[in-house]
Amino acid sequence: MNNFQYTRVSSPAAAIAELSKDPLAKLVAGGTNLIDLMKYGVMAPDKLVDINRLNFNEIRKEKGILHIGSTVRNAVASANGDVLKYQPLLSQAMLSGASPQLRNKATMGGNLLQRTRCGYFYDISAPCNKRQPGSGCSAIEGYNRMHAIFGASDSCIAVNPSDMNVALVALDAVILVSGPKGERKIQMADFHRLPGLHPELDSTLDKKEIITGIVIPDNNFAAHTTYLKVRDRASYAFALISVAVALEMEGTMIKDVRVAMGGVAHKPWRLTAAEQLLKGKTASLQNFKTAAELAMKGAKAFEYNAFKLKLAPNTMVQALKTASGIKA
Amino acid sequence: MTGSSRRDFLKKSSAITAIAFTPAIAVKASDLKLDEKLSEAMEQMPLNIEINGEMHHLKVEPRLTLLDLLRERLKLTGTKKGCDQGQCGACTVHVDGVRTNSCLSLAIMNDGAKITTIEGLANGNELHPMQEAFIKHDGFQCGYCTSGQIMSAIACIHEGHADSETNIREFMSGNICRCGAYANIVNAIQEVKAGGKI
Repeated sequence: MNNFQYTRVSSPAAAIAELSKDPLAKLVAGGTNLIDLMKYGVMAPDKLVDINRLNFNEIRKEKGILHIGSTVRNAVASANGDVLKYQPLLSQAMLSGASPQLRNKATMGGNLLQRTRCGYFYDISAPCNKRQPGSGCSAIEGYNRMHAIFGASDSCIAVNPSDMNVALVALDAVILVSGPKGERKIQMADFHRLPGLHPELDSTLDKKEIITGIVIPDNNFAAHTTYLKVRDRASYAFALISVAVALEMEGTMIKDVRVAMGGVAHKPWRLTAAEQLLKGKTASLQNFKTAAELAMKGAKAFEYNAFKLKLAPNTMVQALKTASGIKA
Repeated sequence: MTGSSRRDFLKKSSAITAIAFTPAIAVKASDLKLDEKLSEAMEQMPLNIEINGEMHHLKVEPRLTLLDLLRERLKLTGTKKGCDQGQCGACTVHVDGVRTNSCLSLAIMNDGAKITTIEGLANGNELHPMQEAFIKHDGFQCGYCTSGQIMSAIACIHEGHADSETNIREFMSGNICRCGAYANIVNAIQEVKAGGKI
């Protein structure tokens, strides 16, 4: 690992100041992704700014709104009573990611900024537009089994690896950030971006901004949520396909619904057309299949990931069945 | 040959090999201790850390991982380096009572923390109940993952995740065993959990 300077900050303003004066500085909290990438030489910040002493480690519920600080550990958030009671989908998604040891370290803000696990991104001898803009994409013609089926570009077909992000986009979360120009809120659906011509940018967060927290608005989904993750082993593996489903049921009628997919795109993939179709309909296998068919509109596979075109709708139907509790 | 003398032998022989293959000028530089002066000039930061009940006041480079601090600086080689990438769990230690991968943690970020490693479990000659149970149930074959498995297993019980075989398997999934001792590891954890001693 290249050597670097290390500093601890005790206020968000100090963190923002460090980022403002040194464009090669990076914030570190859990470090489970960043330190790994630094060992590989994929990222080489000249300074790490430790934000663990900032006061962003609180979970609180006010008037139905759940606020989770950005340095709350994934293990803590997933076991929190309010999260389990009001937003169980988030807990389910987080518990299906990584391992207990990693979740003990990894933070909410860090997970939002988790970088892709594309093997070519990690391999510093291979061209990769995300790691080195303009060098080319090795995955398009390479071993692309884990890669995108939605929203890819000629520059990049990598996927966002986070499970947490899939639940957050389904729950209409809002990301709270602070920067040199003050505070702002970013809708979760707008936080991550598609690769387009700039796959080096994963999110719309400015380099001088710091994530301070995540807000989840009130909803009535708690009784009917499912996070279904399909992967190469039973646990501790990234998703081939994952589906987050949240339903508000009235008898057998779907009063409100959210569906999002992971492992399919450069960002957590919200399926709004399928949601529109299901809203107000009866929870039935036929309706779920029709919605899944609609969800797959525009999907495009590469040489090694064509299986996702079948696995994705099948996983979505299964997740909808589980969340709604229908037998068929 | 015992473990420690084998380790000393390897160290000496690799040092001799290093000198044999090093250009004369570098040997001269190392005679003058220039490389040591160079590394001292690089930023060293103070680190106060408690490891297995003993306080250490150290100076470390920011890039030193907790794992390398334990193994290379403090010679606590019970904690193993498997993948060094957070994928195998062999490096699992407890930081302030919570299990973490020491390979993905910078030593400097653990300033003020209390670390427990496999060396800190036994009470004198009396093994920790989890160590006893791993021996009784053959919870290992080659033994390389074992320190990490035991540290994780203890945490698994403390966290309340050892109430069923399914939960034990899920919450032990961060520790990979290539010999495949999983079934025996689960048995060991279940016995310790039932014993109620930890």
